[in-house]
Amino acid sequence: MLTTVQDLGRWGFQARGVPVAGPMDAYAHRLANALVGNHPRAATLEITLVGPELGLDEERMIAVTGADFDMTLNDEPMTMQTPFMAPRGSRLMFGRRLKGARAYLAIEGGIAVPPILGSRATHVTTAMGGLEGRALKSGDQLPMGPPKSPPQGLPEGPAQSPPKGGHYVRADHSGPPRASEYLRTPAKLRILPGPHLDLFPPEALRILQSMPYTIDRASDRMGFRLAGHSLGVTSGDMISDATPMGTLQILPSGLPMLLMADRQTTGGYPQIATVITADLRIAGQMAAGDTVSLSLCSPADAMAALIAQERTLLNLEGLESP
Amino acid sequence: MKRADVRIVPAGDATLLVELGDGIDPVINRRAIRLAGALNTAAIAGVHDIVPTFHSVAVFFEPLRTNVADLVTRIELETGLLADAETEAPSPIQVPVCYGGECGPDLADVASLAGMSPEEVVAAHAAVTYRVFMLGFLPGFAYMGVVDARIAAPRRANPRVRVPKGSVGIAGRQTGIYPLDAPGGWQLIGRTLLEPFDIARPSPFLFKAGDCVQFVPVERTELERLCPFT
Repeated sequence: MLTTVQDLGRWGFQARGVPVAGPMDAYAHRLANALVGNHPRAATLEITLVGPELGLDEERMIAVTGADFDMTLNDEPMTMQTPFMAPRGSRLMFGRRLKGARAYLAIEGGIAVPPILGSRATHVTTAMGGLEGRALKSGDQLPMGPPKSPPQGLPEGPAQSPPKGGHYVRADHSGPPRASEYLRTPAKLRILPGPHLDLFPPEALRILQSMPYTIDRASDRMGFRLAGHSLGVTSGDMISDATPMGTLQILPSGLPMLLMADRQTTGGYPQIATVITADLRIAGQMAAGDTVSLSLCSPADAMAALIAQERTLLNLEGLESP
Repeated sequence: MKRADVRIVPAGDATLLVELGDGIDPVINRRAIRLAGALNTAAIAGVHDIVPTFHSVAVFFEPLRTNVADLVTRIELETGLLADAETEAPSPIQVPVCYGGECGPDLADVASLAGMSPEEVVAAHAAVTYRVFMLGFLPGFAYMGVVDARIAAPRRANPRVRVPKGSVGIAGRQTGIYPLDAPGGWQLIGRTLLEPFDIARPSPFLFKAGDCVQFVPVERTELERLCPFT
């Protein structure tokens, strides 16, 4: 079980060696925030594989997105991707995981741990951000930011409180489909040629796309080691370059490693390809044992996919923040 | 260097890599640091991180808020304007180091690889004024060079699970100081109590790319006297 506080990441300090961190699935993080009316940069909880049990001291709106879990609020089943008002004293429990690897829980007002270098994102390896720079454990208390004042023109008081014996579900917008439509297995990731492609033999990209890879056990928020077809090449020592999230670097074994949210700022292995930004949400929902295939796309495809995603998010963010 | 030697290549749809040359070369590195500075000053819309390395600059941008064609043009313009003249070297940052023993458990190995005495290795390591080529690996970790070829020991075959904070290591012709307890494969020859990264300080980072660094051999007791703030 790994639950950490994440926001959109610690940008602007990579030149000083500070890893960016942030959500593995930034789409789900933003979606959760939008559903409760938070700013996209508000901190959420990233819940990996096994969900925690959470108690609430104050009535707040909550939304959970990303990986599909069975989830109950005070023993009543709740729907993912749908915001709900959790009354004071509520108990939110995560059960069986159905699909995907990481769920994002946003709470109205955001998680208000102190920002470090401008970000609340947890980076466990360097013990930075989040709650004391570590994953959450039993008994932790999380500070919450102030909830937004009720929208003008809406009645305050009784109309905002949940109906007797439960919660109320906001059904005032169409929203995205209930289960995240991108949690498909085997996963398919679209890639663009990487900056060091010229260091590889001409057939390398074809081999990379020829067969699916399996995510190795030795995989975490820093990156996924991919098991499968070796490119059979070691391009030797390279001078370190910066490493964006989604970089596929080829290890001396000839196998790829996909760099994810907690990656180091620089790396000395050649970068053969990069997963497109729009598909990082798919990568962020993978875990050890999952299979993934890689396929080359055009920069125009990458942009079109990202625009479609952004449109969904901006519509919701616009709706919730006047 | 001629303009033609500059290569701007995408690293995915959200990063451009500007390669200014190849190899570990102070001239190329100076250009990378200057270009990163110029692009930071330019404060280009959509750009949210600029990372100089030994020989390149990575420009991270938000794909839907950046005009990439304009960004490429701007990078080409700034690269063309880079001054090549060497400015006066900054005064070196002095780093007191206790070499060998518990502080530098690999000093003897490095010495035997070099066919030198431990004292000679220390003298060779402390004789050079190093350049900080880049930061990476950990917050505040500075890749410094160039280490005397005679003591340029390769990384350890079996990396340590935990290298203590402040350890001074060698890896090939590079040297560096671990800013945090971390796993690592560098040959540890000494230790300092200076902290390359301390979030509690007004300026948390001791080093930036382009700085000069000198290691000063001291006794353990002297080290504790020199670094009172730890």
